[in-house]
Amino acid sequence: MSNAAPLLEVRNLRVEFPTRRGTLVALDDVSFSISPGEVLGVVGESGAGKSMTGAAIIGLLEPPGRIAKGQILLDGRRIDNLRYEQMRRIRGKEIGAIFQDPLTTLNPLYTVGRQLTETMTTHLPIGPAEARRRAIEWLEMVGIPAAAQRIDSYPHEFSGGMRQRVVIALALCAEPRLIVADEPTTALDVSIQAQVIALLKRLAREKGTAMMLVTHDMGVIAETADRVAVMYAGRVAEIGPVREVVKHANHPYSAGLMASIPPLDRRVERLAQIDGAMPRLSAIPRGCAYNPRCPKVFSRCADERPDLLDAGTTRAACWLYALEAPHG
Amino acid sequence: MADAPPMFEARDLARHFDVSRPLLQRMVAREGRRTLKAVDGISFDIPKGRTLSLVGESGCGKSTVARLAVGLYTPTAGSVRFDGRDLGAARASADQRRRMQMIFQDPYASLNPRWRVKNIVAEPIRAFGLVTTKAEEEMRVAELLTQVGLSPLDGDKFPHEFSGGQRQRISIARALSSNPEFLVCDEPTSALDVSVQAQILNLMKELQQRLGLTFLFISHNLAVVRQVSDRIGVMYLGRLAELAPAESLFRRPRHPYTRALMEAIPDLEMTGRDRIPVGGEVPSPITPPSGCAFHPRCPLAQDRCKRERPEMKSAGGAMVACHAVEEGRDDAMPMPAIARDAA
Ligand SMILES: Nc1ncnc2c1ncn2[C@@H]1O[C@H](COP(=O)(O)OP(=O)(O)OP(=O)(O)O)[C@@H](O)[C@H]1O
Ligand SMILES: Nc1ncnc2c1ncn2[C@@H]1O[C@H](COP(=O)(O)OP(=O)(O)OP(=O)(O)O)[C@@H](O)[C@H]1O
Ligand code: SF4
Ligand code: SF4
Ligand SMILES: [Mg+2]
Ligand SMILES: [Mg+2]
Repeated sequence: MSNAAPLLEVRNLRVEFPTRRGTLVALDDVSFSISPGEVLGVVGESGAGKSMTGAAIIGLLEPPGRIAKGQILLDGRRIDNLRYEQMRRIRGKEIGAIFQDPLTTLNPLYTVGRQLTETMTTHLPIGPAEARRRAIEWLEMVGIPAAAQRIDSYPHEFSGGMRQRVVIALALCAEPRLIVADEPTTALDVSIQAQVIALLKRLAREKGTAMMLVTHDMGVIAETADRVAVMYAGRVAEIGPVREVVKHANHPYSAGLMASIPPLDRRVERLAQIDGAMPRLSAIPRGCAYNPRCPKVFSRCADERPDLLDAGTTRAACWLYALEAPHG
Repeated sequence: MADAPPMFEARDLARHFDVSRPLLQRMVAREGRRTLKAVDGISFDIPKGRTLSLVGESGCGKSTVARLAVGLYTPTAGSVRFDGRDLGAARASADQRRRMQMIFQDPYASLNPRWRVKNIVAEPIRAFGLVTTKAEEEMRVAELLTQVGLSPLDGDKFPHEFSGGQRQRISIARALSSNPEFLVCDEPTSALDVSVQAQILNLMKELQQRLGLTFLFISHNLAVVRQVSDRIGVMYLGRLAELAPAESLFRRPRHPYTRALMEAIPDLEMTGRDRIPVGGEVPSPITPPSGCAFHPRCPLAQDRCKRERPEMKSAGGAMVACHAVEEGRDDAMPMPAIARDAA
């Protein structure tokens, strides 16, 4: 899978927010790639920059946020410096976006059916009647009951999870090659979630659709992702094959994160947690950003910032994996 | 559990919505009005200091129950009582409103985008006159923000400057600010990463032990539900299918839908356990199946199930609405893998 030429490449991405009190760096030196048919899971602390990375890729960074450094390539072609109109055509046709907040994607004034058919007639060579037929089919595929009856409903007439499924159908209906999905299944129950995940996996397998899948749900990651990137404070802390990252994380932050997953098979008095909070963007510590919370911190961590290093099974931004590091 | 008097009671609670198409379209298509029974006759109690969770398919009516519980919707039928007083009769008093708070499923829609975070969190404190000086208010807001893992300095920012999970923490801080005794939490942690989720769930448990808070909790994540609940209600199409003590529900689920739901839980351990979505079509809530609404998807369905709607009856320590359970033929459906593993 990884020997195919990547469909998406993110190189040394840096996103800044100029504010009155100085420039905030929301993403710093973020690099990864995704091949056709591959699902890259992205996890990490809330506020780490996962949605921001997705927004940068689809060209929808909220001003004053801007790409200050780095490149984003789709099929070898730069897309980070395109004009708004050019990017708008790529979005929808080549990149489908599923946002964390369904209300920003859905227009409250239009029926669900109208939004789906307009997206398809804009991007695909089909007429309104065919588009309506496919719209019903997509709604069925994402598990909306009585789709033919409910296609003319307005978004507010749907439950939270149903709205989310409409957003998924909207992102998929123009058959894009890359899907950037930000928490696509969070509002869904386990059964519908299984159905949506199966649909996304089928698209990846059969149509070679590539996917960046941002989610907090480790169950979804375990089932869907081929590789996983763990983000912390605007950087990639660890990246590697899903099983290694979830079961045998090398970076101390990833290990702490995975230990916090609530167990399904028993009740515990108190869940394992990482104490403290992620630093604010205006106060990222020197050296390794995780050092104030890290149980394995040592002298070097406070002075120098680690880049991604070879940690055997994965790559981890942690001095424990520097060749000259004191182990144990 | 029977020792404490209920803090919250729902009796035969129902809420219907009119989802008719516009008059003109109805005339053209010669169709009548359509009613969607989002919640259709459910009853449960929550004793003081306990947590009851609701689980079930998307669209089964959980958020509607949550809104009914805090008085945001008026019931079409039935009643909700809070600390012995009926909520429906008159508008909730200021004191009742202070004592019950809700954390919404959607952290985007529930925060005023034009207010600074400190004002959002302080609003209930002011509305209910809980502090007398500005300094006290600032201290309380700082304490609340710290409790949910944000910094007191974040108070000066606006909601759009935060990530999804950070916004959910703001709404949790706001809900806690009026010192409520009863908290309705609709998917409170699904926007949070697992380590912040653990912090928030630990905080909720700690507050419950320290202050005796009562919770109505809604989540799709059954692992989370197992950690926080005393009792669990499984909903299907606006009704309760099963209501049971948390541990017995996981060890011995009775209702066929509960068993099917548990087979659909993701396999986090990557053991290769098969994940089986609940089979069959999700029924339309506008034209629900006759009799037991689960019958088109139920492996144990018989003729009676199509004719007669099952009522909640006690079965072991649980309450179950199923003819097969009542007739003692539920053993024909295997226990889900996660219950088998526990046994
Ligand atoms: N408009 C903005 N101005 C300033 N800072 C912002 C703005 N939008 C986001 N941020 C900050 O950028 C950081 C990254 O946010 P992002 O939304 O990418 O987080 P995330 O990893 O998606 O988190 P979550 O899991 O909670 O959704 C956060 O610290 C957030 O507070
Ligand atoms: N204001 C409304 N008008 C019409 N129908 C509504 C309204 N609110 C909810 N419904 C319908 O009522 C049913 C129950 O919705 P509710 O939001 O309670 O579901 P839920 O169990 O919370 O689902 P989810 O898990 O997706 O959040 C759904 O079929 C929904 O479409
Ligand atoms: S570099 Fe140091 S502080 Fe950072 S994760 Fe590794 S051991 Fe911990
Ligand atoms: S009542 Fe009949 S259809 Fe309904 S769950 Fe029980 S056996 Fe299945
Ligand atoms: Mg996000
Ligand atoms: Mg809901």
